[in-house]
Amino acid sequence: MLVVGIVAFGLFRYVGDPVMSMAGIEATQQDREELRERLGLNESPLLQFGHFIKDAVRGEFGISYRAARPVSDLIAERLPATIELVIVSSILALVLGVGLGILVALHPQSPFSRIILSGSLIGNCLPTFVNGILLIYLVSVTLHWLPSFGRGEVVAVGSWTTGFLTLSGLKSLIMPALTLALFQITLVLRLVRAEMMEVLQAEFIRCARARGLSQRAVNFGHALKNTLLPVITIAGLNIGSVIAFSAITETVFQWPGLSLLFIDSVRFGDIPVMASYLILVAFVFVIINLVVDLLYFIIDPRLRLRRSVAMTGG
Amino acid sequence: MTAESADTVPVLSVKGLRVEIPLWDDIVVPVNDVSFDIAPGEVLGIVGESGAGKSITGAAVIGPMDPPSRIAGGEVWLQGRRIDTLSGSELRRIRGRDIGAVFQDPLTALDPLQTVGEQLIETIRTHLPLDRHAARTRAIAMLDQVGLPAAERRLDDYPHHLSGGMRQRVVIAMALCTDPVLVIADEPTTALDVSIQAQIIDLLKTQCRQRGTAVMLITHDMGVIAETADRVGVMYAGRLVEIGSVTQMIKAPRHPYTHGLMASIPRLNQIRRRLTQIKGAMPRLTAIPDGCAFHPRCSHAVDKCRETLPVLTPLDDGGAAACWQVGRSGNRPALPQPSVVPDLAPLSRLVASEPPLVDIDNVSQYFDVSKPLIERLATRQGRRILKAVDGVSLSIRRGETVAIVGESGCGKSTLARMVVGLYRPTSGSVRFDGTDVGKMRRQHRFQMIFQDPYASLNPRWRTASLIAEPLRTHGIDVGRGVRRRVDELLEMVGLSAADGDRYPHEFSGGQRQRISIARALACEPEFIVCDEPTSALDVSVQAQILNLMKDLQDELKLTLMFISHNLAVVRHMADHIGVMYLGRLVETSPASELFARPKHPYTRMLLDAIPDIERGGRVGAAPRGEAADPANAPTGCGFHPRCAIAVAACRIERPNLVAQGDGAAVACPVSDTSAAAPADASHPVELVAVR
Repeated sequence: MLVVGIVAFGLFRYVGDPVMSMAGIEATQQDREELRERLGLNESPLLQFGHFIKDAVRGEFGISYRAARPVSDLIAERLPATIELVIVSSILALVLGVGLGILVALHPQSPFSRIILSGSLIGNCLPTFVNGILLIYLVSVTLHWLPSFGRGEVVAVGSWTTGFLTLSGLKSLIMPALTLALFQITLVLRLVRAEMMEVLQAEFIRCARARGLSQRAVNFGHALKNTLLPVITIAGLNIGSVIAFSAITETVFQWPGLSLLFIDSVRFGDIPVMASYLILVAFVFVIINLVVDLLYFIIDPRLRLRRSVAMTGG
Repeated sequence: MTAESADTVPVLSVKGLRVEIPLWDDIVVPVNDVSFDIAPGEVLGIVGESGAGKSITGAAVIGPMDPPSRIAGGEVWLQGRRIDTLSGSELRRIRGRDIGAVFQDPLTALDPLQTVGEQLIETIRTHLPLDRHAARTRAIAMLDQVGLPAAERRLDDYPHHLSGGMRQRVVIAMALCTDPVLVIADEPTTALDVSIQAQIIDLLKTQCRQRGTAVMLITHDMGVIAETADRVGVMYAGRLVEIGSVTQMIKAPRHPYTHGLMASIPRLNQIRRRLTQIKGAMPRLTAIPDGCAFHPRCSHAVDKCRETLPVLTPLDDGGAAACWQVGRSGNRPALPQPSVVPDLAPLSRLVASEPPLVDIDNVSQYFDVSKPLIERLATRQGRRILKAVDGVSLSIRRGETVAIVGESGCGKSTLARMVVGLYRPTSGSVRFDGTDVGKMRRQHRFQMIFQDPYASLNPRWRTASLIAEPLRTHGIDVGRGVRRRVDELLEMVGLSAADGDRYPHEFSGGQRQRISIARALACEPEFIVCDEPTSALDVSVQAQILNLMKDLQDELKLTLMFISHNLAVVRHMADHIGVMYLGRLVETSPASELFARPKHPYTRMLLDAIPDIERGGRVGAAPRGEAADPANAPTGCGFHPRCAIAVAACRIERPNLVAQGDGAAVACPVSDTSAAAPADASHPVELVAVR
């Protein structure tokens, strides 16, 4: 977190001269000095960093150079769109990925599994933007089923704008979410499949079968739980990368989310927005890792605090 | 209880069983035309070396097999009902209900994410119409019967809370919890230490006898068979070559393979300079010879053996053997004994006056196994130090073989690694010919041979490069070209020069261990440390390797340090033996003395735990308890919680090695008095609890 903070601050402080981009060419030397003073650019770098961190903790990331509005406002505006997109596609990825992965692992020889597997290879290879564009071409341009861009109508619930409550909002959500999830689905699918096939070879599965347990009990009671351990780690990290990939998806579908804001900011050199985006993403990554670790802790009894069991004597 | 009505019908009847594994261009037949019966309450042992098809036979009975393996022929009958043709769900009702299974490795046989109780109750409720509460009561009763202390509390333990021996008890409880008529135990003790093995065998035997459960015991260990089984079937290359009563098999085996197998087992009660060996190794499944599969290794083979497959022919005494040379009466024509090499006279290799070649002076190896600092601060725990080796002193004279024995976790491998300088001792020093090993840069004068010949050879290198590597590393000028030297070495270990161009995977386990030996010998070392060099090998191959090592030792005047858990192997190899327990030497003694008059109670326990093939099993009672966690060793003498003769002082004071008159040294002040009268393990003193 701190490292990202430093990088973000470095960007903020040293890449380009914000005064130049804010004040415009006609501004006098005196105007510039005033602006410099107001932005606190004359203090020592360490002090500036201190302020930067302090503000960041309070959720203030300064003023966008381009929109001349507080960055926190901009982010608050865009955040719901991205979060809705990421959540929906993560759920898609997990449900479809794990579900199909189990199916493929349990019936490795069936034609259905073979189709899914080769399909997943395509999903794995095609870049996200190609998927997106293909989907737009097929579903929107050719079939006219779903809108090709934007969020549709949104309803404001307090400060939160949601697309879940209107039909057009939901319709607009399907394609971007699917595009974003596609890569993750294939990844989770292949991971679950590989792990599950390995677990099914394990001695304790043989033992469970020899105990005459039902297929269901063996596959879902014993095999699945053991499969999910490593899957959780990877899947958790990938939800983070879903956010990263969302940059591309949001661009392709003109989805008014954070990443689109970020991309626009990069184009205009809007450092405060970029810096705060970086920090936000890092923050989300850290949170996800924490959740993953906690989940691990819940699932795997070996990680829980060991009761002191004396083994001697018999 | 259907068993009572079916007394005359065998519990299990296997007829002409054939298992196939299709490969992409071939079909492999790991089990071919195997037939046997198991009577109610009978224990049938199935022995054979790895690849003989014994485990697959067991798996086929439990069935269905993991694809692509399939039962391609034959019938399996359970209590007069054919079961190999049943559908999956019908078979499932039999598995776990009528047939229980115990697998080899208790560490992996239980689901790590579910408690012992959950798994046990799940099994009970799958097969018996019991509600949760009744199933729980039954589970507790089962755990109690298999000797798990505080059974009710153990129900909520996860498998990782339990030691290997405890887990195997749980697995046995799981196999027996539905009162099956047959238990299939596939190498149930192979992964366990000798003392635990004895406990588990005892348990399996008594539990099955009490319940009248028949057992199919699959193992490679004749000792276990001798102790447990009523009848034995011997498998070779997928076929049953001989079947008969245990005593028959031990006293007078008929088939030349059984004969060789029995003779190649190192025994405790005999010291022979050489073990009887069967030449070669079991054929691969893809290349089973025509005729009798054993003929290339058989010294009795005649032309008929090479052409026609012998069938399992019943003999007059109820046994059966598949060999053309064995007549109906069971007598084999008197032919020369299979490749018995005359015993060499013991050489007096030792030069007593010389200073020791290797001097291990009070070495210790401590490992820090503490939790991370933050966690330690939070839980207010101190550092945890694992004393893997704790103050061991030993000297090895030139030309001598010193063996270190002990169960897993006793620190014997750690000691070996310190001796060759792979680990730097935490304290103390190892001197080789007067120089500190830690300060030596080039160490070509001593070498190490590792346990696992599959893992210790780089699979991407050709054999010649593997053997030549130490020569290149140490820049030794062998004077006649590296390749010449490699060829020489290959021949020395019984391979041919042409083998140098092959890769390790093309060799069998025994051949790979020969390559390891050749590599160790490349620099003409004076001293070789062998860490369990034969424990990954089959008995007949083990005999070859042990003989080879003895020959090479005599020929090259080598000094050996031999690490092993197998006392019989040690007896065969060593001049001097050190017994380790929890990081400390508890007894050192000349080999003959140790076996004749073991002094430390732990040594006695180890010796008692080994099944004696000749006398139909172990003589004493099974040893008690399990070795303590080295990171949490008991105070005083580490052995006191398991010791039958421990006194109060043993809990407080840690005894040091004290020299005895006969060249032995023992770290037990109590045993002096009791050494004269053998310890009676038959009425053990109550456990001295100090927790």
